[in-house]
Amino acid sequence: MAAIGEAVLRKEDARLLTGQGRYVDNLRTAGTLHAVVVRSPYAHARIDRVDVSAALAADGVVAAFTGADLADAWPGGLPCFWPVSDDIKMPTHLPLATDKARFAGDGVAVVVAESRAQAKDAAELVTVDYQPLPAVTDVERALAPNAPLVHDDVPGNRCFTWSLVTGEPERVFAEADVTVSCRFRQQRLIPAAMEPRGTLCEISAAGDVVVTTSTQAPHILRTAFSLVLGIPEAKIRVIAPDVGGGFGSKVEVYAEDMIVIALARKLGRPVKWTEERSEGCLATIHGRDVVQEIELAATSDGKIRAVRTRLKAAMGAYLQAVTPGVPLLGAWLYAGCYDVDAYDFHCTGVFTTTTPTDAYRGAGRPEATYAIERAIDALARKLGRDPVEIRRLNFIDEFPADIASGLQIDSGDYHAALDRALELIGYEEVRREQAERRSRGDVKQLGIGLSTYVEMCGLAPSRILGALKYGAGGWESLSVRVLPTGTVQVMSGTTPHGQGHATTFSQIVADRLGVDVADVEFLAGDTAVVPTGMDTYGSRSLPVGGVALYHATDKVIAKARRIVAHQLEASEDDLEYEAGRFSVKGSPDKAMTVKEAAFAAWAAHNLPDGLEPGLEATHVYDPPNFSWPAGCHIAVVDVDTETGEVELTRYVAVDDVGTVINPMIVDGQVHGGIAQGVAQALWEEAVYDEDGNLVTGSLLNYLVPSAAELPSFVLDRTVTPSPTNPLGVKGVGETGTIASTPAVVNAVLDALSHLGVTDIDMPTTPERVWRAIQEASASAADQGGER
Amino acid sequence: MRQIAVTVNGRRQEAEVEPRQLLVYFLREQLGLTGTNVGCDTSSCGSCTVLLDGESVKSCTLLAVQADGHEVTTIEGLATDGALHPVQQAFHENHALQCGFCTPGMVMAAVSYLKENPKPTESEVRHALEGNLCRCTGYHNIVKAVLAAAEA
Repeated sequence: MAAIGEAVLRKEDARLLTGQGRYVDNLRTAGTLHAVVVRSPYAHARIDRVDVSAALAADGVVAAFTGADLADAWPGGLPCFWPVSDDIKMPTHLPLATDKARFAGDGVAVVVAESRAQAKDAAELVTVDYQPLPAVTDVERALAPNAPLVHDDVPGNRCFTWSLVTGEPERVFAEADVTVSCRFRQQRLIPAAMEPRGTLCEISAAGDVVVTTSTQAPHILRTAFSLVLGIPEAKIRVIAPDVGGGFGSKVEVYAEDMIVIALARKLGRPVKWTEERSEGCLATIHGRDVVQEIELAATSDGKIRAVRTRLKAAMGAYLQAVTPGVPLLGAWLYAGCYDVDAYDFHCTGVFTTTTPTDAYRGAGRPEATYAIERAIDALARKLGRDPVEIRRLNFIDEFPADIASGLQIDSGDYHAALDRALELIGYEEVRREQAERRSRGDVKQLGIGLSTYVEMCGLAPSRILGALKYGAGGWESLSVRVLPTGTVQVMSGTTPHGQGHATTFSQIVADRLGVDVADVEFLAGDTAVVPTGMDTYGSRSLPVGGVALYHATDKVIAKARRIVAHQLEASEDDLEYEAGRFSVKGSPDKAMTVKEAAFAAWAAHNLPDGLEPGLEATHVYDPPNFSWPAGCHIAVVDVDTETGEVELTRYVAVDDVGTVINPMIVDGQVHGGIAQGVAQALWEEAVYDEDGNLVTGSLLNYLVPSAAELPSFVLDRTVTPSPTNPLGVKGVGETGTIASTPAVVNAVLDALSHLGVTDIDMPTTPERVWRAIQEASASAADQGGER
Repeated sequence: MRQIAVTVNGRRQEAEVEPRQLLVYFLREQLGLTGTNVGCDTSSCGSCTVLLDGESVKSCTLLAVQADGHEVTTIEGLATDGALHPVQQAFHENHALQCGFCTPGMVMAAVSYLKENPKPTESEVRHALEGNLCRCTGYHNIVKAVLAAAEA
């Protein structure tokens, strides 16, 4: 049974394809009440009075509460797990605001009714006296003197500062032949998982708090609920049923979770809250929103010696689960896959009157990759070199590699991925066509853009996370149980929400235990079934969870070996094991399968002295290093120089994610990641107006791409197995998002470089592209005039 | 309240609904057919796509009373005698779903489109599905699956 490496079709599909998905809002619990949160329409306002009396009198309404009414339900408010620095300010974040609203969408009251429609109608009857205050939605304006304060006790809206300096950047910059200096704006993004959030709380007959919620992190939630609410952890059960995508936005302790728990406990009935999409645009975390300044110091032939980065990162109005840690997740990667001697990174976290930001697919690493990949193209332009050539010159090419920022990359082959991607795109051919279009002066100009990237995922050695003040570990726990009849159960601490864990993890077990993939039962997402876990984020399921599963399976095989040796009266050393079958060396007929050993372990009639009955094992794996996927993505675009419209016409991705368990699923992860990264480059942007209103507050004006805007993608892989784990896997959940954004923007700029365009803010909308062309031609005309 | 009669997945359903009740909530909350998902509130995402008299509609854009006297097919009614519809089968074989939330709507939209245009090109499929959003797959395998279903 060689299931590892095969494109096994997914076990998950049958129910999802036939409408049997168990998303939170599909679950019917008799007598469930529906909660609707009343939200501030103002970005920043004193709350003078909240009056719920008219709502209480409305049809079907069971209860209505203000923030003050429920203040006792959540002492201390919502948690942030990552106090990144000693100077960090962590203002209280109440699920329902009481003193002032700090972003448009901040909850101020909740109405509970027998039906969703009744609750919604009644929520309109809640009256709130607001005293509007000035909004501040831009990180740089928030840092300016006399900016409005989001939190009265956080001077200058400065949440934290954090630095990482190695080598002698000052000296290297002073001595550099060439420097380039760029400033980029990582626009604010809305994660927009297709399933809006939902959360349902019931109190069981035994008094346990049972929360069924659209989360990536049921285990983290259970611990957080216990810490925040003071309920013993054993009295809390958290269930993540089918979850319709997350992309980081569902690794959170949300206000609404706390609200439904408080309501269910107060009212003694199940209470459900289901997000509406436009509500979610305000109330679910956003991603990115960082101003980046990056400088490279290089030699005249293009060798980069040092990288200096300054970030201003928007926290939004409050700190959610890991808000301040997101910039740190990219902090080591601002030199990308290039070998440099000195490194200087500094970040300031800033409060603004906006929806809180937090981890969104890639979290910190797309930002870093974008900055260095744009900057290296700028260096190539300055030196008149080809972007391919300058990358090759700077690649890290000996592994393990101790990188300037202080971590060690275990393995990789960056040249191989670049070579293959160039071959697949036909680089020379594209350049020829580009030259022809330029010489003809075509309206549609052609651009080709590269992104060679390395990222770190797994999130990962607990000791390093501890040194960075992260509040939890980076391990994962997996258990394997062989039932007496030979069926295998996998209990996974990492919880799926679309990644295909059930299939991939079954393949690992099937491969090692010699059973059919269909004979493996995958259990996850319920703390009553799998009590221990660290959940799903940071591309960690396979490089941490999958490796834990590998080791747990090893323990099962080792125990089975003892049982088989005992029953066959052979020495353990004399047993050969292959695909679920032990045989005695030299006498292949003397054999026993794992399935038979499982039955023997269950019957326990004839086990070695002292051996526990049963055939199951747990392994908690704490990785020794992060894992380091890498690769090369290349985008080709047509840019209409008259309208500014960009069309992505071709896309090649060559990724190295180590050993691949299921190539079909890995490709799917890359496809989706590319689409999200391309969307940042070309379309998506959460825009606030001066008053702090989110003007892209629905899917009508927040432009999640459809099939019509995207091409099919050409994928390939190079494989350098990770030497730090026995599966050799590296993780794939975020590579596409990390790599694709700079590839596309580099392509857009490449298409216009002959016109003198060197920078366009994301997303590169027709208006921005058109303006950039006009400005470049005006400035060329000016310079012409001066001569 | 208004009395309506709708044939849903081949069964006649009589019910009292509020005039403002959307078809999608009638299906989900009154008939318990939760396979049809609600992904937005602006008729942008297509998660709630069903067939009305054989043609795809966004069931969040219709009132339940507008379906009175009509036939509705939801994802639950697509497979016959336990066998997946060719579009469902093609989605499975081509890994055209990940989290599965957009899938029922995407499948219904594809079923309707292939009736209209049984042998589409890739570009035609992409444009035909532009009213249905997916955040997981980047559409690559969805398009592949629809083309495969057209071949089947």
